[in-house]
Amino acid sequence: MAFEYAPAPESRSIVDIRPSYGLFIGGELVSGSGGRIKTVNPATEEVLAEVVEADASDVDAAVAAARAAFDGAWGRMPGRERAKYLYRIARIVQERARELAVLESIDNGKPIRESRDVDIPLVAAHFFYYAGWADKLRYAVAGPRPGSQPGGTRPLGVAGQVIPWNFPLLMLAWKIAPALACGNTVVLKPAETTPLSALAFAEICQQASLPPGVVNIITGAGETGRLLVEHPGVDKVAFTGSTEVGRLIARAVAGTRKRVTLELGGKAANIVFEDAPIDQAVEGIVNGIFFNQGHVCCAGSRLLVQESIADELLEALKRRMALLRVGDPLDKNTDVGAINSAAQLARIRELSAVGEAEGASRWSAPCVLPERGYWFAPTLFTGVSQAHRIAREEIFGPVLSVLTFRTPAEAVEKANNTPYGLSAGVWTEKGSRILAIADQLRAGVVWANTFNRFDPASPFGGYKESGYGREGGRHGLEAYLDH
Amino acid sequence: MTTDRIGVRKTYKLFIGGAFPRSESGRSYPVRSASGEFLANAALASRKDVRDAVRAARAAVPKWSAATPYNRGQILYRIAEMLEGRRAQFVDEVALSEGGSDAARTVDAAVDRWVWYAGWADKIAQVYGGANPVAGPYFNVSTPEPCGVVGIVSPQASSLLGLVSVVAPAIVSGTTAVVLASEDRPLPAITLAEVLATSDLPGGVVNLLTGRVAETAPWLAAHMDVNALDLTGVTDAGLATELERAAAENLKRVLRPVQPDWFAEPAIDRMTALLETKTVWHPKGV
Amino acid sequence: MTATLAEVARSEAALRAFLHGLPGVDQVGAEQRAAMLGTRSIKTTAKQWAIDLAIRMVDLTTLEGADTPGKVRALSAKARRPDPADLSCPSVAAVCVYPSMVSTAVDAVSGSGVRVASVATAFPSGQAPLPVKLADVGAAVRDGADEIDMVINRGAFLSGRYLEVYDEIVAVRGACGGAHLKVILETGELATYDNVRRASWLAMLAGADFIKTSTGKVQPAATPPVTLVMLEAVRDFQAATGRQVGVKPAGGIRTSKDAIKYLVLVNETVGEEWLTPDRFRLGASTLLNDLLMQRTRMATGRYSGPDYFTLD
Repeated sequence: MAFEYAPAPESRSIVDIRPSYGLFIGGELVSGSGGRIKTVNPATEEVLAEVVEADASDVDAAVAAARAAFDGAWGRMPGRERAKYLYRIARIVQERARELAVLESIDNGKPIRESRDVDIPLVAAHFFYYAGWADKLRYAVAGPRPGSQPGGTRPLGVAGQVIPWNFPLLMLAWKIAPALACGNTVVLKPAETTPLSALAFAEICQQASLPPGVVNIITGAGETGRLLVEHPGVDKVAFTGSTEVGRLIARAVAGTRKRVTLELGGKAANIVFEDAPIDQAVEGIVNGIFFNQGHVCCAGSRLLVQESIADELLEALKRRMALLRVGDPLDKNTDVGAINSAAQLARIRELSAVGEAEGASRWSAPCVLPERGYWFAPTLFTGVSQAHRIAREEIFGPVLSVLTFRTPAEAVEKANNTPYGLSAGVWTEKGSRILAIADQLRAGVVWANTFNRFDPASPFGGYKESGYGREGGRHGLEAYLDH
Repeated sequence: MTTDRIGVRKTYKLFIGGAFPRSESGRSYPVRSASGEFLANAALASRKDVRDAVRAARAAVPKWSAATPYNRGQILYRIAEMLEGRRAQFVDEVALSEGGSDAARTVDAAVDRWVWYAGWADKIAQVYGGANPVAGPYFNVSTPEPCGVVGIVSPQASSLLGLVSVVAPAIVSGTTAVVLASEDRPLPAITLAEVLATSDLPGGVVNLLTGRVAETAPWLAAHMDVNALDLTGVTDAGLATELERAAAENLKRVLRPVQPDWFAEPAIDRMTALLETKTVWHPKGV
Repeated sequence: MTATLAEVARSEAALRAFLHGLPGVDQVGAEQRAAMLGTRSIKTTAKQWAIDLAIRMVDLTTLEGADTPGKVRALSAKARRPDPADLSCPSVAAVCVYPSMVSTAVDAVSGSGVRVASVATAFPSGQAPLPVKLADVGAAVRDGADEIDMVINRGAFLSGRYLEVYDEIVAVRGACGGAHLKVILETGELATYDNVRRASWLAMLAGADFIKTSTGKVQPAATPPVTLVMLEAVRDFQAATGRQVGVKPAGGIRTSKDAIKYLVLVNETVGEEWLTPDRFRLGASTLLNDLLMQRTRMATGRYSGPDYFTLD
């Protein structure tokens, strides 16, 4: 007899979404002068709210507010006092954890289990971690600059930060926590399809009594991002998003004094050797590409499986994929939620069609997709080779391309044969092999016998066209210090 | 005619294994304020209390050292929240115990000091450990590890700020402690114990004994199940030397007496002195 | 059994090579999978269904030195009719007792469909000569036991004498006659998940009808990750041989929430064919009352208390 799980919906009543939001500038919510855009619940297509599309004068006001705060109270504040603000923010995130998780799932489409168990706890953890660095910066850098002040570290000033839609509040935490810990002030633009948790964060800053102007949140789309990044009053640019836009930003800051860090796309290889712990490797593959609907820059989107176990592994993988529960993000038993937007869904569909046209074999997990909303069944392509577009281009969705290899050297060669270099996975019970392969992989993050693990203490970032700079750990402070 | 309300006075006991027992010896001694007035009778710890405290500290080691650094940081931060909540009480006790007019500044510094150490829990390994570039196909990494149980003689004069400055660095990395409070100014220490008991710190991580240092410290120094000895608060040079000699029996790591300016920001040596370093090698090869 | 698998036990070397050639289990990964499945939210109709199924899967157990016929009769009465206030409540799967109590149990459950399981083979340690262990089994079977729960020789297993462990299980299987055989691995003593996987395969190759986690006399007893590893072994064994072996976690399962977590593990590892008392049991004693309390709460809407459920 089948064990059917009854619906287990998380209640929406804990969140209070207003019909329209302003911009958070200088500690206040202001109406701004830009036009309006709507944000939608991708699981139902319902309009959630209207937000401002900040224009040039809005960006000016935000940068000016950040500058005033930097030149004023924040710039003079000793690290141990800045730390206490960050601790307050961390605590408030913990206190409002359930509300923030529900809000994130509604605006982004990700399952509540993930926003509750992964996103929001990591948000709090990032603020806690960086709070503790605020008064220890002299230990963070590898030696002071010659001629610098005692302690040897100085903030950069005003940071302009642009974040993507895949982990909205977590990406905000990755940007704001280290920036503030180092004594900078920020103007942050959340993605146009996921502004709500950033606007909730604005309220958290008010609850923490953060001095006005230290954090400014301006909503908008690509144009607002461009205005912010190119604004002459910004000292430091931090961007997470596509490699395509990263290139534009790198060009735009050329010749200026602006420092920049970029965390861009990826096409990570998840390498499974014949002596891998098979059941855990299957979990790791599934987690690697279907966690967060595959909307993950470091997703394990290429499975490289040793030919000798390929059939056995694929059978186990398909069996496991058939257990994935795709559906209502607010149902606590959902494993795979909605695709974030119609545009992203179109892209995923297009590239999947390309995969078939290129001759790869397509298999999707059997699942019933809801009528309304943006949905895509977890899918894998076998018979993929390096020359296929689906092995080279980032799909950014729940689509896995499967390739095989015979020897460790071949695995490494294939894994590295990409302009990207963000992450990689290695599955084998042999310790020396893990370390040797990790050495040879040109990727900023190597996960061995695990995947998609994040921690505020662990530096994250890519090689090559996956960008430069690291977020997390002691290394994550470098980007925000003038040393 | 109205009568003034009679206060309910606090009983000051030892803090062992998360509980507040009296000394097994049944003894106590009078504690006086800086200006000489009687404040309370504090428990006069015996060698058996030392024995029990070490046992409790040892029992707490597996769980405390296995907690994630994030978790230890969270617990220490919560302690700071509890300290802040009792600010007024601490200011009174420090003012009575130490005299002078610095009590408020002292208590604020003590809370901030605790917050500073709390933030080290998940960072010390990044500053004090790391990958070592050896000449060969080996992965080689050094990580700091807690040393086990430390016996601490707290500063005699600085009854709160000095106290937190020796206790916090000891426990932040997973070590547990048996602390001998300032002999003549023990009250802030006992109130600190109450703070620890109401935060999420597991019982036994910090154990606090009040009494005569010359009587209890030798038992701590000679105890074969104590791994390190912090003699910061030993004011008698002869006693300090004896204690260091006794500690040599099982090669305890020893911190000798010092009298720093407790208000100044510390370096990381109070943490690193109590850390072991483990270096692991692993070949790299397919 | 396929030809190649039948060959595996022909020598110590072949058996060792096979068992050591099984894929390893990554401890952290296995524990994370079990923990994630523990977050499944089972509510309303699904929860009611699961509670009733869990009740039907309980092997109600008493294995104490102080057991008497009176105690066993009381246990058996509860096994037949767990909730005298609600006759719609199903009976449990079996009572589980020592061999000396088997006849009493057989009489007490007669006609109810509740089976009698007996521990045997010098339970719980297994430290006795083989003839003694087989005589233990024989006595229980003669007195009418439907099921035998044996313990493997952990000393032999941990010192690598796999063939000895195998041969003992085969011998016990023979002594069982028509009774079904559960093989207790005592996972708490095996210590690693790799060992649990190997011991599971060894027991299944030797003819076990069920593999069981623990005697309940050693900590840790059953845990979700250990049970997960055993379910994976059972799944793989079916794929290799076509034979379906049952799984029984025992010891430390105290609450309905725990029991439901195990049902979710079964559901998402081996699937619905194992969601029956013929393929999955819960070895427990205090669990039953918690299941009854939850069952009542779901029916009446009120939280209940221990006064409303019989101790025996």
